[in-house]
Amino acid sequence: MSDITSQSLFELTSNVKEKKLSSGEITKAFIDRAEKSKKLNVYVTDNFEKAIDQSKKFDSNPNFDLKLPGIPIAVKDLFCTNGVRTTAGSKILNNFVPTYESTVTQNLWSQGAILLGKLNCDEFAMGSSNETSFFGNVQNPVGENLVPGGSSGGSSAAVAANLTPVTIGTDTGGSIRQPASFTGTVGLKPTYGSCSRYGIVAFASSLDQAGPMTKNVRDCSILLEVISSFDQKDSTSIDYKRNCYSKELSKDIKGKKIGIPKEYRVDNMPDEIEQLWKNGISYAKDCGAEIIDISLPHTNYALPTYYIVAPAEASSNLARYDGVKYGFRSPGQNLIEMYEKTRSEGFGDEVKRRIMIGTYVLSSGYYDAYYLKAQKVRKLIKKDFDDAFSKVDAILTPSTPSSAFKIGEKTNDPVSMYLNDIFTVPINLAGLPGISIPAGKDKNNYPLGLQVIGKPFDEQNILNISYALEDKINFKNDISDWWLSE
Amino acid sequence: MSIDLKTVKHISKLARISIDDEKANKLKGDLNNIFEFIEKLNELNTDNVQALTSIAETTLRFRKDEIKSENIREKILKNSPEENKDFFVVPKVVE
Repeated sequence: MSDITSQSLFELTSNVKEKKLSSGEITKAFIDRAEKSKKLNVYVTDNFEKAIDQSKKFDSNPNFDLKLPGIPIAVKDLFCTNGVRTTAGSKILNNFVPTYESTVTQNLWSQGAILLGKLNCDEFAMGSSNETSFFGNVQNPVGENLVPGGSSGGSSAAVAANLTPVTIGTDTGGSIRQPASFTGTVGLKPTYGSCSRYGIVAFASSLDQAGPMTKNVRDCSILLEVISSFDQKDSTSIDYKRNCYSKELSKDIKGKKIGIPKEYRVDNMPDEIEQLWKNGISYAKDCGAEIIDISLPHTNYALPTYYIVAPAEASSNLARYDGVKYGFRSPGQNLIEMYEKTRSEGFGDEVKRRIMIGTYVLSSGYYDAYYLKAQKVRKLIKKDFDDAFSKVDAILTPSTPSSAFKIGEKTNDPVSMYLNDIFTVPINLAGLPGISIPAGKDKNNYPLGLQVIGKPFDEQNILNISYALEDKINFKNDISDWWLSE
Repeated sequence: MSIDLKTVKHISKLARISIDDEKANKLKGDLNNIFEFIEKLNELNTDNVQALTSIAETTLRFRKDEIKSENIREKILKNSPEENKDFFVVPKVVE
């Protein structure tokens, strides 16, 4: 049997069910590795003591019918966990201990999983490199001083470094798929309305979705099956029959029509990414898929649209952090001064920037010029996809315009940081499902990902296409454990 | 269109985030860069386009109007920055 922490979720689950491994052994293995991996800074808060108790409890009365029997899992620190500190990577929530549980994490525990801890992320999920976190940047296990992507950077690093078998992140403009691409892991953003947003610290409510981040496509299908559910507590949760994604997973994609959008060939895109895309296309053909050239004419307008819609929603969502009912408070002479000081000291620079953008575009006299305009363009972007999906079953693109970059390389130029999400943002604006799978490496040996985009609620199809491509690509991450301490 | 220092200060007031002059100047630069990038949308004529209002295109559900008394006062007050039995405490509002 291979080393416990390097096993996939599927292998661990099988080993537990066949009584080759206990929950206690698995939990201890991940905790031991985490103790030696502090250099990566993936954890904001660990739950190790309680996790050991819970694993013992599972082993004393195991239920092997569950989908995650006694499996320890760390989650992004954006999910509220009952009794366990939840910070969203922000000083303003530094001392916040929720008294309720997010629906998505509750779904994990209901299937037998055990909380290992809370993973670092960009502050309020605003960032593409995990450098905006109040708790410091995360190291990408792929190489020293590389960013792990963001905002789910602690999550992507933890999966790639074998610190959790799988995890869940959130994706507002690419925050699952971009870090997955940067770390050689798999990340899926489900259709808007598929996973409940209840108990997730809100960033931009019309874009936010939780999703699985895993080592491979099969694990991704298992985890999606667990977390996707209809929920009365989320008014935008959609009541539809969800597939048994892992049971229906198949490499047979013969005759599937896969669209290649010409607008995703952007200026200054490295040749390696162009080549990666070509390889993906030829693998899809090898699997019997039909390749069709398509056009998504408004692609170039997606990022500017996103940088109106997302900050507008964020400025409204983050109005709740006023130092009155929970979180950090800075005292003031009067109520207004208390608000202003609390928010000034409690939020980091990127969050303030976005609140300011959002406040401006929603302010009197500017609403029509910015917010309304953006919502109109958003409609055009959505229509591009509707038109494309009348001709194809799925769309194949690169996940990101570059591989992981160095820590500090883009922190002084917000716009260059935003350009990271150029291929992922349109999918959130249109509410579609998208998955990033590792597909190759660049000249520095850093991973690169391909993205498969699907029709609404067609997660099964993009999982199947990814499953077939994964088999052909046969990606190996070869991470050297350079960060381990004794 | 460019955003001047006065506008930056005005937005920070609306957003209830106090900023000093140095920060305001830095923000002015950042915001102007970002808005230059956003202005790209003006290339598009959207006169006859209906704005998107909901991505999921479903109507909101109704639920029964029932009282669900869960007595969660203690839970709600648990994370209060300043404790005073049953209330949230803030600086004096009424003189």
